[in-house]
Amino acid sequence: MSEVLLKIEELNVNYGAIHAVKGININVNEGKIVTLIGANGAGKSSTLGAIIGLVRSKSGKIIYNGKELIHMRADAIVRSGIALAPEGRRIFPNLTVEENLRMGAYFRKDESGINKDLEWVLGLFPRLRERLKQMGGTLSGGEQQMLAISRALMSSPKILMLDEPSLGLAPLLVKEVFDVIKKIKQEGKTVLLVEQNAAVALAIADYGYVLETGKIVLEGNGKKLLESDDVRHAYLGVSV
Amino acid sequence: MSTSNLIQDLINGTLLGGLYALIAVGYTMVYGILRLINFAHGDILMMGVYFSFYFIAALTMPWWLGFIVGIVGAGVLGFMVERIAYRPLRSAPRISSLITAIGMSFFLESLAVVVFGGIPKSFNLYPTFFSKILIIGHTRIQVLTFFILAVTFLLMFVLIWLLYKTKIGIAMRAISVDIPTTSLMGANVDNIIGLTFIIGSMLAATSGIMWAMRYPQVQPYMGFVPGLKAFIAAVIGGIGSVPGALVGGFLLGMVEILIVGFFPNLAGYRDAFAYVILIVLLMFRPSGIFKVYSEQKV
Repeated sequence: MSEVLLKIEELNVNYGAIHAVKGININVNEGKIVTLIGANGAGKSSTLGAIIGLVRSKSGKIIYNGKELIHMRADAIVRSGIALAPEGRRIFPNLTVEENLRMGAYFRKDESGINKDLEWVLGLFPRLRERLKQMGGTLSGGEQQMLAISRALMSSPKILMLDEPSLGLAPLLVKEVFDVIKKIKQEGKTVLLVEQNAAVALAIADYGYVLETGKIVLEGNGKKLLESDDVRHAYLGVSV
Repeated sequence: MSTSNLIQDLINGTLLGGLYALIAVGYTMVYGILRLINFAHGDILMMGVYFSFYFIAALTMPWWLGFIVGIVGAGVLGFMVERIAYRPLRSAPRISSLITAIGMSFFLESLAVVVFGGIPKSFNLYPTFFSKILIIGHTRIQVLTFFILAVTFLLMFVLIWLLYKTKIGIAMRAISVDIPTTSLMGANVDNIIGLTFIIGSMLAATSGIMWAMRYPQVQPYMGFVPGLKAFIAAVIGGIGSVPGALVGGFLLGMVEILIVGFFPNLAGYRDAFAYVILIVLLMFRPSGIFKVYSEQKV
């Protein structure tokens, strides 16, 4: 068994009057792909927001590498080794692709390591190499997603969190992006993947959690969840 | 108008435009990031000029050192204004910080009246060498004019280099479209915003000192008109865009000088032209000359 790298205990998150996350428990083991699946508004993005420090948690614990993350600032959490490719990609439209990638490594001082990682991500997504001098805002949706993932990787994170990477992508591109996510895992990174597209997420995940209106209703390894009647019925549109 | 007068006017227009542009950069950078019009910007300029004045006149510093210390002092003041007045309101409704900015402007002006006195002081603190007149062809130009133009262009070059070639510059451009995502890069956004205020304030103070050298006096309300004109320049150029602020500044300065040059009877309406240009431009290009990315703003 691998070590638990990120442990979430009884996490509660409020969005104004809305109780978005209701006491969830999640373990993310080192070197694995863990996925949170669920419908729109289930609390998946709120959970990622709470981990990275952009959304204030109401109560609970988020322990990463033995350290409590709640009350830490987002930039400090990122520097401690967690990166997020946010929902909607959020690339900087007024920066070139290369500048976007260099922003990802903003706090790093090891110039040779940065250049090595730059080569690595450009190897993962060769299409970005052709676009290095282009403004981020001119990229297609798929290319922007590739850039968002690559930018997150440029911080050399231990945990890469991805929020809906398949959103708005053509099926072929989804396959391309998810193949890369598997490669990222093979490089020893831990991946926390949030997806509405349960089928593609569970296909590559080692472990999965199903969120419904802020609660975890089901968990298990990827294969088991894929075969579970509840998941097949609710998320894969298979009648059982 | 004779050729030599035209050349003179073109030089003066460039000079005035450059002074506007240096101030406008501070408005536009702060607006780009915080969507805040920093009404205290012109008053930070004024404070910077006073700082230099007292460092030179009272502490008998050499003029150039007094200028530099005054400029640095304005940078510190700009940083403190952000830290004390604007940062606590960053997530408050925009109107709150806007009103705070107006209050900060009144506060600094009143503070200057109380501490430095309301009577204008003569700012003849630089060597007489600057007052020498060079005659090139039929055009007479003060050495001071060359000095101001050289400093203005040097600073603009440094600013552009900083924004487009350095890591912190990339971060400043990134933060102007998306603050939360910039923090996802592991960047401390407070530091970047603080630095933006420092840079903007120092550029404004440099402009203010050169302004005071040319119209040699300093008084507590001296930041108002240049500040207002520079703000108009920033809007003309497309507020939020640094190249826009530079272009807007030069455009405004040049038009002001040339209108008076071609129509001397209209000299009294000189300030009104700034508004006329603004109104006409906004009718046809409401976002100013340069396009600014703002779709991703939350």
